Amino acid sequence: MNRRGLAGWFLLAPALLWVAAFFVVPFAVMALYSVWRRDGTQLVREPSLANYEAFLGKSYFLDALFNSLEITAITVVLSVLFAYPLAYILAFLVPRRWQRLGLVLAILPFWTSYLVRSYSWLLVLSENGVISQTLVTLGLISETMSFANSNGATVLGFVHFFTMLLALTIYANLVQISPNYRRAAEDLGASRLQSFIHVVLPLSLPGVMIGAFITFVLAIGDYVTPQILGGNRELVMPQAILLQVQRRADFPMASAMSLVLMLVVSAVFLASARWLKMDRV
Amino acid sequence: MMPRALTVIPAAVYVLAAYAFIYLPVVVLVIFSVQDGRLPVPPFKGVSLRWYHEVFSDSDLMEALVNSVMVGVVSAGLATVLGFLAAHALARHRIPGAVLFQWLLMAPLSVSYLIIGLGLLITFTATGMPKSLLSVVIGHVVINLPLAFGICYSQLGGHQVSAERAARDLGAREWQVLALISVPMMWPAIAASFFLSFTLSWDEFIVAWLVTRFDVTLPVEIWSLLRSGLDPTTNAVGTVVFAISMALVIVMELFVFRRRVRA
Repeated sequence: MNRRGLAGWFLLAPALLWVAAFFVVPFAVMALYSVWRRDGTQLVREPSLANYEAFLGKSYFLDALFNSLEITAITVVLSVLFAYPLAYILAFLVPRRWQRLGLVLAILPFWTSYLVRSYSWLLVLSENGVISQTLVTLGLISETMSFANSNGATVLGFVHFFTMLLALTIYANLVQISPNYRRAAEDLGASRLQSFIHVVLPLSLPGVMIGAFITFVLAIGDYVTPQILGGNRELVMPQAILLQVQRRADFPMASAMSLVLMLVVSAVFLASARWLKMDRV
Repeated sequence: MMPRALTVIPAAVYVLAAYAFIYLPVVVLVIFSVQDGRLPVPPFKGVSLRWYHEVFSDSDLMEALVNSVMVGVVSAGLATVLGFLAAHALARHRIPGAVLFQWLLMAPLSVSYLIIGLGLLITFTATGMPKSLLSVVIGHVVINLPLAFGICYSQLGGHQVSAERAARDLGAREWQVLALISVPMMWPAIAASFFLSFTLSWDEFIVAWLVTRFDVTLPVEIWSLLRSGLDPTTNAVGTVVFAISMALVIVMELFVFRRRVRA
């Protein structure tokens, strides 16, 4: 090996070792733990599929998985439906020199603390909160009521966060569509609606799909928003996983559940892979 | 002009409604952080800065703030250095299996923070490593390394190659090429990696929460405040964090914007 080749290995080695030691090894440890099990306070180091059987056999775990999938699916659909018109208006109806400002304003709260943002929604949704008191003042409800501690509140918190993310990615996608395509369509007699349905929408779908997939991955793995806004009645997977860690110190079960969650994300990725053409973003 | 008004007015209404939705929680947070009352809910009872006083005289919060800055600087620095060196290696040196290594370096991006944190917690517990801020640094480097690597790799374009080759022809050693040619030319990408990594570390909660016990970072300290429910102190500390994040984003904008102007 020549000297330059050796130099390359020296530069690469630290990063590779870090990822190997603190990402690959922990992942292997989790995979190993997932086939062990905890018996009382003992760790039983014999390979078995007991944790996975428990997961598939108990409605407690499966409910968490389905609740996660339901909340995440609703979040993805609502966020896209809400963000797309915003991105479209910013890209095509707002004058060019105001677009950057409009976009920055639309995603500014995206940079606030993630924890604090969920807490802020609690201020809005709680029993004495802004919405409840406003509705009482308007006479729409007779007594103050809480809108927090529900799946709806979790979805609202998620939609708020991901609308900002998706507005950004969809906008970036829309401004890349050459205006000539739309002009050509309109020259050929298409109305604005027709040119949107037949030209702009199909061309923007790959970008939307990638944004939707990122939303799916981030939402299904999030603990904070469901814990603060959703409460403890209907758990999502991250909550159920952390309950195993905190209440029961059951690392094997938590590992198995984490691997199931990763498997679900991978399955969704493979199922949508043909839509996710990275090179077209 | 009737048809134009028909598109513009609904569009304007939609944008305003969207902005109202996006800003509602932030505005409520900030307004009730300066309210003189025990509960951060309407009706508004007059302005007071006592909750900010409370925040800045709370030693736990201030300690956590200092910890967060330290963890952020160290982990962002490490992630940037490791990411830059690896990007340089893969962009400039012939390394067999480069595609595999590239894939490996980006892999942590595809796994949720919760699972990365849990893996570290289980591994550290199994090897008897105590919970500490060092563990948070380790976790945050794992999270930020892919981003630092990706940013640097995408910016290591062809236009620096000839300058590097010229330096080599003039007798510069490999480390001199790196330190005197590549790093100065890559400065905007390096700064962007550092500030993005710092911002993400500054806000990261779940990994920090899982691997710390006594010394904690600011998000973990805020989490324990949240347990007490609605509290104007949380509003105040949230507003402070918001202000600091804004400052970071503005610094980042300036760097990214400057790079675009130069390119």
